Amino acid sequence: MSEPEMVLNNPGQADRRERDLISSVQGGQRELFYELVQPYERRVYAAALAILRNVHDAEDAAQEAMLKAFANIRQFRAEARFSTWLIQITVNEALMRRRRERTVPMEGLDGHRSGDEESEYAPRDFADWREIPSEALERKEVRQRLAEALGTLDRKYREVFMLRDMEHLNIQETAEALGITVASVKTRLLRARLMLRDLLAAGWEQGWFSRLPFEKGTKPW
Amino acid sequence: MVNHIVSCEQVWREISNYVDGEVDAGLRSSMDEHFRTCHRCAAVLAGTRNVVALYGDERMLEVPAGFGRRLEKRLATNAAVEGSGWSRWSAWLVPVAALALIVGTLLMTSSSRNWHPLRSQHAEPAKDIPPDMVVVVSSGAKLFHVPGCEFIHDKASERTLTAREAMQEGYVPCPRCLRQYLKTGLTRETQGDHDAEAGEEHVEVLRTPGQ
Repeated sequence: MSEPEMVLNNPGQADRRERDLISSVQGGQRELFYELVQPYERRVYAAALAILRNVHDAEDAAQEAMLKAFANIRQFRAEARFSTWLIQITVNEALMRRRRERTVPMEGLDGHRSGDEESEYAPRDFADWREIPSEALERKEVRQRLAEALGTLDRKYREVFMLRDMEHLNIQETAEALGITVASVKTRLLRARLMLRDLLAAGWEQGWFSRLPFEKGTKPW
Repeated sequence: MVNHIVSCEQVWREISNYVDGEVDAGLRSSMDEHFRTCHRCAAVLAGTRNVVALYGDERMLEVPAGFGRRLEKRLATNAAVEGSGWSRWSAWLVPVAALALIVGTLLMTSSSRNWHPLRSQHAEPAKDIPPDMVVVVSSGAKLFHVPGCEFIHDKASERTLTAREAMQEGYVPCPRCLRQYLKTGLTRETQGDHDAEAGEEHVEVLRTPGQ
C-alpha cells in the first residue's frame, strides 16, 4: 500500500501528517504547501462558489485564498483546524470580491419559497422518504438535480447551508465566517434544510434516487 | 423522565437542532415519542436527514477539470517569485545581521572608552560626517571646522585632525561649514551665527527646539 493510501485509511495518521506538513511549510519548506492543501481543494472551491455563484470567479477566488493562506501560513496556530482556517480565508476572499465587484446579481426575495426569516417555515410535502443510498450520488443527473435545488435558495440560506452541511463547519464557525449570529445560523439552516427537502421530495416521488447505477461488471449487455 | 407532548409545529421548529443533536434530553425524548406516532413528522425527519447526508457527501463538491493543476502551477509560480527574493536571502541574512549587531555593539563599547564628553553641553554630535574627513580645531574652542572656514577662532592655535578624532575629543561640528551634516531642525538662524566662533553664542544654533 502506498504512503498516501495508508494515510487516507488512517485518520490519526492523516492528522499527524497534516501537522508535520504545516510545521515543515512554516519552517520554510514551502514547496510542500500544495500537498498540504490538496485534500481541501474541493471544499475551498465549493465555499467560493457558494458565495460567488460563478465558476470562473469561484476558481479565481479559491486560488487567491490559497495564496493568502500560503503567505500567512506562519500565523496559523495549531489550536484551530487547518481546514476551518482555510475555509474562513476563502469565505472572506469571496465576500470581499462580492462586495467589491458586485458581479453577483442581487437575488429577489421569493416570498413563496423562502419567506421571512423570522416567520416559521412549515413543510409542504410529507412524502415518506426512505434512506437514500449514497450510491445515488454516483449519477451525475442526481448531483445536478441537487445542485439545481440548492441554487434556487436565497443567498442567505444557501451560504449557511453550504458552510454548515457541505463544508462541515460547526454552527459557531459558520456564524463567524459569515459575520452573523449563532441564532441566525440556526434559523437559516433549519429553513434551508426544510426547503431543500420540499424541493427534492418531487424527485423522490419520481424515483431519481432509486435508480442505482450498474455496478462494475454487472452490465446487462 | 416525563415526556411533554410536543406539537408538529414545535417539532418542525426544532427538527434541524434534533438532527444535529443539539436539543436537550427532555425535548429529544418528547420528539422521539412524537415521531413514533406522527408519520408526517417522521417523513419530514427522514427527508431532512437525507438532505444532510446527500449534500454532506464530498461528491457534491465538484471542481472544474484541471482546477488542481492550475492551483499547483499558480502556487509554484508564487513560490518561485518569493524564492527569488526574501526567502532565498533570509536563510543566511538573520545570522549575519545578528553577528553584525554583536560586533557593532562590541566596537561601540570598546571605542566609547576613549571618547571625551562633548565640549558643548548644548550640542549633539553630527550625523554621517565621514570619519576620515580632515578638519581643524583650535585651542579654547568647542567646534571643529573644514579647513579654511572663516569662523575658526584663534587661527594661530589651529590643529589638523580627522573628524573622528575631533569628535572623540568632544568637539562638535561648526554649524556653518559643516551645516550639511547637522540635523535640519537644529540649525536655527540666529544673530550669533554671523559672529566669529564665540563660545555659547555659536552653540545656540545647535540647541534642539525643546531645550
